[in-house]
Amino acid sequence: MSEKHLPLWEVFIRSRSGLAHKHCGSLHAADAEMALQAARDVYTRRGEGNSIWVVPSSAIVASDPADKDELFEPALSKIYRHPTFYDVPDEVGHM
Amino acid sequence: MYTQALNGIPDEATDQSSEAARFQARVDAEQKIEPNDWMPDAYRRTLVRQISQHAHSEIVGMLPEGNWITRAPSLKRKVALLAKVQDEAGHGLYLYAAAETLDVSREELIGQLLAGKAKYSSIFNYPTLTWADIGAIGWLVDGAAIMNQIPLCRCSYGPYARAMIRICKEESFHQRQGYEIMLTLARGTPEQKAMAQDALNRWWWPCLMMFGPPDSESQHSDQSTRWKIKRFSNDDLRQKFIDATVPQAHYLGLTIPDKELAYDDASGHWKIGPIDWAEFKRVLAGGGPCNRERMRARRKAHEDGAWVREAALAYAQKRRARREAMQIAAE
Repeated sequence: MSEKHLPLWEVFIRSRSGLAHKHCGSLHAADAEMALQAARDVYTRRGEGNSIWVVPSSAIVASDPADKDELFEPALSKIYRHPTFYDVPDEVGHM
Repeated sequence: MYTQALNGIPDEATDQSSEAARFQARVDAEQKIEPNDWMPDAYRRTLVRQISQHAHSEIVGMLPEGNWITRAPSLKRKVALLAKVQDEAGHGLYLYAAAETLDVSREELIGQLLAGKAKYSSIFNYPTLTWADIGAIGWLVDGAAIMNQIPLCRCSYGPYARAMIRICKEESFHQRQGYEIMLTLARGTPEQKAMAQDALNRWWWPCLMMFGPPDSESQHSDQSTRWKIKRFSNDDLRQKFIDATVPQAHYLGLTIPDKELAYDDASGHWKIGPIDWAEFKRVLAGGGPCNRERMRARRKAHEDGAWVREAALAYAQKRRARREAMQIAAE
């Protein structure tokens, strides 16, 4: 496999608040090490995080927008999955 | 650093198919359009052109300021300018990445810039003659950029809107550091104050041109507005910038270089004299003071960096081949 152009990487950063890594953008780099260094320069110039993941964009499998209805629509009708669906008398107090 | 209303939209933009109707309904409902969603070809082309012009402008915009890094008057000013120029590089990269989500490659986009086929903002074709120009650029050019960019944070195309949110957060530092430079000069010796005034004289009108041609001549705004790429007209944004900036100039004790400038009580706006649109067209067409120098500098940087890109790829390939050989041996 020989690449003519620098491959694309997706960058995920864990913010300092300790939340999960979150996608913040993408960049081109020859290898994983250079991708990490570039991610640090491009996406953390102001202390945005304390951990970086870089993933080759080609490794990401995404759902097809055309399948959106059958994938996500069923969840909308299942209101019994939410706490507000259930009636608890006021006298019971906060639950 | 900023965008400029340079973008023409092809006429065949009105697609009557049901997909187009669904697309428009989503845009009308303020839903974000994402890379894999269906979109009209003209929407895609308009975005590629606008986002890449914006990216090119950030990259070319490093040149006039880079000119003063080694001559900044103090270490404090030097680290601030370095950080600002580094931000512009970052903004260019966020924007190229956003454009690439529309199925156009980075190499193609850079190729268009280097071949002279792509536009970038006319403002960067003006020279930075004195240190005060660095103050004026931060205060005025970045100030105009912010006016243009804030509405883009709500653009209908998700990746562009997200890039703009990030950029706007960072631009605020740029404008404040510029204004502080101007303030220091304006409160300095008479020579320093004169230098600040001279910079304002040279940058004021080109900055007003950054918002693009007047609404009466801008034929393409309607479709961009319907697509919620554009939220305000060129003239509206320009007026907002003027109203915000004139009092800032007065605070500095500097004079806006416009004899017709007057406050209009009835409308509550500052009214300006006529803008020299012939100059705008001339600079955009390549006839500005620094157009050729800017393109020469970008081409040289690209060519000088070629061996680095090639070496990095060759090294990555060598390591990959070695890893694969070790795996085979281990099996």
